[in-house]
Amino acid sequence: MTYASAALESLGALGDPTRRAIFERLAAQPSAVVDLARGLPVSRPAVSQHLKVLKEAGLVREISHGTRRIYSLDPRGIGAMRRWLDSHWTSALDAFRQFADEYPEQEPDR
Amino acid sequence: MSIAPVLHSVEVKAPPARAFELFTSHMGKWWPKGKTLAPNPHADIVMEPRPGGRWYERDAAGNERQWGKVLAWEPPGRVLLGWQLNGQWRYDPDFLTEVELSFAALAGGGTRVTLEHRNLERYGADAEEYAGKLRGGWPTFVGHFAQYTDNQT
Repeated sequence: MTYASAALESLGALGDPTRRAIFERLAAQPSAVVDLARGLPVSRPAVSQHLKVLKEAGLVREISHGTRRIYSLDPRGIGAMRRWLDSHWTSALDAFRQFADEYPEQEPDR
Repeated sequence: MSIAPVLHSVEVKAPPARAFELFTSHMGKWWPKGKTLAPNPHADIVMEPRPGGRWYERDAAGNERQWGKVLAWEPPGRVLLGWQLNGQWRYDPDFLTEVELSFAALAGGGTRVTLEHRNLERYGADAEEYAGKLRGGWPTFVGHFAQYTDNQT
């Protein structure tokens, strides 16, 4: 999968308002399903289903704490967007360095 | 949650004042062709040299596409830009991520140019609207970009 398409998939998963609400809550604080369901107008199974979609999109990850499963944001998901920009700036700065180093020193500005 | 900023630096032979000038006022000359927003190649990329100044590309026919704005203009050491292209690579006045450039003198007379693109977590907040637009078909630019990234890997 390309960086760009991974980024698109991640962002597409956030198109659903409930998933977006879950995502925002997890951004504020890693939580268990029960905690997430408490603050949302949807059932626990529905929250679990949304978490599954977010997990598959690489946006959320799950860590076991004893018997509890704690969900938090997965930096890798949004990382696709970051890598997108990273690759973009790498080539832009490279182009700048080449341009600046070849630019005649004495030429008047503009 | 915040996402680690994109951070890059390059060294150029020119001193900071010159590097600053080349970077900001000659952007249209060094920016890779075809890596812009408009379907037509850019004739120039303009950064109006003052806080609040616009940052935009212009094609040969004079059509403009805004990228963002200048937040701080401090030659020769620093320029802070607002990159206002959302996840769909469209200008959005309500969306902003920061791109900071610093120009530091090197012992040999050159300059270390450091770029930091931060606030990337804001792309998460942009996602809902973005996803809605996607349902209407893939934007051309994203297609171009996907092709570009494919060629990089």
